[in-house]
Amino acid sequence: MKLCRVLGNVVATVKHASYHGHKLMIVQPVDEAQREVGASFLAVDLVQAGAGDLVLVMQEGNGVRQVLKAPEGKDAKIPIRSVVIGIVDAVSTS
Amino acid sequence: MYLGKVIGTVVASHKYAGLTGVKLLVVEPLDHHQKPAGDAHVAVDATFQAGPNDLVTLVGSREAALALPETFVPVDAAIVGIVDQVHVERARR
Repeated sequence: MKLCRVLGNVVATVKHASYHGHKLMIVQPVDEAQREVGASFLAVDLVQAGAGDLVLVMQEGNGVRQVLKAPEGKDAKIPIRSVVIGIVDAVSTS
Repeated sequence: MYLGKVIGTVVASHKYAGLTGVKLLVVEPLDHHQKPAGDAHVAVDATFQAGPNDLVTLVGSREAALALPETFVPVDAAIVGIVDQVHVERARR
């Protein structure tokens, strides 16, 4: 999973059915000292994160299908690959 | 998943069977400032409503194929949304 800062969100009324009812956040990966590393990307919010939050983002389709309780096998038609799965309170590095 | 801008269309009459009737669009990835952020590539339009100059959201890899009705297709980029607005908080720190 990646530590990310939520930069904002994207509004799209015309979208694939799996995205209905979900907020689509713009997230910026950061390192353990919250320095920006790499490019920003999009992730579906599952934990009511807001702009400015430090969050945990998972980027793997199979995990997403499990989290969103997709039916098994060929009708698991969820084209989502990144999801926000946690809001981070603290990061400590000894 | 990333933002992109549709900059063109591709017509390929001779292609993999599962892709007949699927719109192919040329997209340029954008960052959250809507500045170009990667190489242009071809994506299928899973919304079936995107057109040139549209700001869109895309998904890549296997999940792109899952965006289409026929999911057993050789697709690694799919448009899954047409963007109305992009809200970016002022850069803090």
